[in-house]
Amino acid sequence: MIESFTAAAVSILFHGTAYAMVLYVISVGLSLTMGLMGFVNLAHGVFAMFGGFATVTLMNRYGVPFGFALAGAFVIVALLAIVLERTLYRRLYGASELEQVLFTIGIVFMAAAVARKLWGTATQPIRVPAILTGQIDLGFRAFPTYRGFVIAVSLCLIVTLWLGIERTGFGARLRAAVDNRRMAEAIGIDTGALFTATFALGSGLAAFGGGIGADILPVHPGYATEYLVYFLMVVSVGGLGSIRGPFFAALLLGIGDTACKYLVPELGAFFLYAAMIALLLWRPLGLFGRA
Amino acid sequence: MHPVDRLIASHRLRIVEFTPFVVVAAVWFLFDDQLAFASQVLITILFALSLDLVLGFAGIVTLGHAAFFGTGAYAAGIYAIHVSPEPLSGLLVAGAAAGAVGLASGFVILRTHGLTQLMLTLAIAALLGEAANKASFLTGGNDGLQGIEISPVLGIFRFDLYGRTAYLYSAAVLFCGWFFLRRLVHSPFGRSLIGTRENAARMHAIGAPVRQRLLMAYTIAAVIAGAAGGMLAQTTQFVGLGTLGFERSGELVIMLVFGGIGRLYGAFAGAALYMIAQDQMAKHDPVFWNFWIGLLLVLVVLFARGGVLGLCDRATQAVRSVWTRSR
Amino acid sequence: MTPRSMLVGALTGLLCWLPAAAETVKVGIVNTYSGPLAAAGEQMDRGIRLYMKLHEKELPPGVTVELIRRDDTGPNPEVAKRLAQELITRDKVQILTGVVWSPNALAMAPLVTEAKTPFIVMNAGTSPITARSPYIVRMSFTLWQSAYPLGAWAAKNGYAKVYTAVSDFAPGIDCEQAFTKGFTENGGQIIGSVRMPVANPDFVPFLQRAKDARPDAVFGFVPAAREATGLMKAFGDLGLPQAGIKLIGTGDLTTDEELPGMGDAALGVITMHHYAAAADRPANKAFIAAYKAEFGAKEEPGFIALDSFDGMAAIFHVVREQGGKMDPDKTIALLKGWRYDSPRGPVMIDPETRDIVQNEYIRKVERVDGQLRNIEFVTVPMIKDPWKVFNPPK
Repeated sequence: MIESFTAAAVSILFHGTAYAMVLYVISVGLSLTMGLMGFVNLAHGVFAMFGGFATVTLMNRYGVPFGFALAGAFVIVALLAIVLERTLYRRLYGASELEQVLFTIGIVFMAAAVARKLWGTATQPIRVPAILTGQIDLGFRAFPTYRGFVIAVSLCLIVTLWLGIERTGFGARLRAAVDNRRMAEAIGIDTGALFTATFALGSGLAAFGGGIGADILPVHPGYATEYLVYFLMVVSVGGLGSIRGPFFAALLLGIGDTACKYLVPELGAFFLYAAMIALLLWRPLGLFGRA
Repeated sequence: MHPVDRLIASHRLRIVEFTPFVVVAAVWFLFDDQLAFASQVLITILFALSLDLVLGFAGIVTLGHAAFFGTGAYAAGIYAIHVSPEPLSGLLVAGAAAGAVGLASGFVILRTHGLTQLMLTLAIAALLGEAANKASFLTGGNDGLQGIEISPVLGIFRFDLYGRTAYLYSAAVLFCGWFFLRRLVHSPFGRSLIGTRENAARMHAIGAPVRQRLLMAYTIAAVIAGAAGGMLAQTTQFVGLGTLGFERSGELVIMLVFGGIGRLYGAFAGAALYMIAQDQMAKHDPVFWNFWIGLLLVLVVLFARGGVLGLCDRATQAVRSVWTRSR
Repeated sequence: MTPRSMLVGALTGLLCWLPAAAETVKVGIVNTYSGPLAAAGEQMDRGIRLYMKLHEKELPPGVTVELIRRDDTGPNPEVAKRLAQELITRDKVQILTGVVWSPNALAMAPLVTEAKTPFIVMNAGTSPITARSPYIVRMSFTLWQSAYPLGAWAAKNGYAKVYTAVSDFAPGIDCEQAFTKGFTENGGQIIGSVRMPVANPDFVPFLQRAKDARPDAVFGFVPAAREATGLMKAFGDLGLPQAGIKLIGTGDLTTDEELPGMGDAALGVITMHHYAAAADRPANKAFIAAYKAEFGAKEEPGFIALDSFDGMAAIFHVVREQGGKMDPDKTIALLKGWRYDSPRGPVMIDPETRDIVQNEYIRKVERVDGQLRNIEFVTVPMIKDPWKVFNPPK
């Protein structure tokens, strides 16, 4: 009895963490852009979607190996993000929240229609390299290798990101601009270039997350609207502009959702929304957010 | 004209404000084979009017307004099946149920601002959607609430296949709703909402009960949205989960923005234009329809922030300035 | 209305007064062309287009069939109902058809009765649909037709304990009940069941639950196409095949158009369905050849495309028999008891229930010429819908 309980608990932790890692890698960019630029970007899921599509297309149509396809997706989408930021997003930095919401919804609609035109309606089949398929047997339980891979790679990425933000000059400038933009500009930080760079980084990460997470969040043209709620949840519960906040929010929501589906499937996604409402009421600025 | 005189004049009902209802009457005569669709448009206009109160006048950005619409729809449907198929009482029940939900949720969301507030509106709507999904013994779940039968309105007008009664019913309720809202927004209460939208700090400074008024506006809007939902349930004799969904909320915001927010008549223009365009486009290219909506949305935000009515304003202003210059 | 459109309207009206040498039969199609579940709609549209292309010349001289397509955007009953209403009152169609989703078909039923418009269901598979209106005829299948005999077969062929995992909506629940009845009536034991949300990205927690219960097999049902691939992946990823747990279900699990992309996890999966593209009946071979010629050599038709193809056959039958002058009651009478040799095998419309009677096949997924295919190995001939047998009209 105890044994099956611990086995179930371990399984929930494992799968929940894999889910949470994918959510985090995709959402951290949103936290940065919203915290730094104060821009409500509901179209963030679009970058993750195109990342997924790019990865799959590079692998299936051009025969690019998995790892390079992921890197390629990162670069392609980051470049796309730079173009979008310079041409369109820039114009709306001072605009009201409603206008930003509407603008980005418009982008989502267009992107979904374009994706549908280019790739059709079916889910993209992703064929991971053979060594990553199957199971790893850890003695007491076997786990899907690919999900373990996702967790491992995501953790490496996150550690690199955190070190980058904490230890590099770029990171310092970013943190300064998030804390107090006017002051940062006053001491000579080029916030315009910083915005563009951050936007590109965040979108590239989202693309990477979309590609690596294609197993857990299937890639299809409705991706951006279907999973938008999850990304927004992670960011609002975690706290805008924070790097650590969304990490814990993602873990909380990912593991919590998986646990509920396993233990009480009759409740469905009820838990997720109720938990989010409770968390936001307790901490309106998010777990790690700042005023 | 003295600015105050202009303000006073705008409070009074002008002849031009009856134009939408002239159109409503005209449609009855000219398009009598499309009344089912037209009554859907009227219901959506009422729904959009309720959103205008919240978004346009009170300045609360919400992506979950369909929660009230859906609550009203399910309430009316369940009432018709289990209590009584009489439509007018069903409408009252729908409004009351939605109002209760509006009061409760307004209480919660009005303590927050910005993204958090937006997220909460989303979450509450999603929560209600899940509840409706799971409580399938009551709501029919994913398959929707079927078997609703509505008795004739006032005992005389039966709901027929061609939508004639539905149209008149929707038009009557819309007229009442519009009249009420118009009086509301031109009252001191309505003006204080606009004041809060423009500068909440100042409103606090003059001692206006800001939070109370916002909550009242939110609840009133919920009641009206619920009535619109109830009408949908009664005229189509069906309620689906889509009435509560994010797509419906989002679509409504888009309609209102296209028409012009904060002007009441933007709801009429936006809802009518959007639904007609969608109906036509869906026949030609259902797949790519969303692309054009997205593009239009981006263009409106960048260049035409007041929506259709804003463009009309600019046009009349341009004409007027040409006229005065030429004299 | 512009002056020009009024003129066109007047001229058209005038033309209609001329002695009608031409009869146009308007057929309204309610299908899913947009939204996340449009892949199923595309299958349906292909079946319709293919039949029209192949058989348009067989219509009587002067008779044409006009197809009017409307998009219900998915399982949205209120949209479907409104579209049906418009097709009936605005476009004045003589026949309604299409409909992928059962909830949509159920919502349309009262309209069909009130307007007396024959409705030929091309996919929706929930049993009570044909009972809701005397003008509904179904050319596709019912879920009970495959799930119930599968339950009986499984109990008699070595499966003692089964765990069911279905999507939480009418077709899923239908399947669960049908399979459970067939299985338990023949000595099997259902050791657990779970209902999964319809819009569900991740099947892993649910299959984990199933795995922990240690059944002989998992009976699964998800809406066809995209979710089926997701379920198969989760099944493989969690190591259920290695743990000796089999996956069984209706043909929705391994639809022919998705199967090639499902990977090795699908090998050995046993399903029961009314159609497999790999069958070598002559009618099927002709159908497959025509399909590939029209849509591409790599394309495989799924059962939805096949059912729509046959649905058009039914429509053409009634159009031909009535010379284009459609009478609703005559249309229904013509279809009752109608027999037809379909690529899936022989089919008949039951005169009492207006539902389809057809062979059901048990298939296993095998790799043939490097590609995964559903290979039939047991045939259960001419099954009526079991649900109606157990639930006779009062």
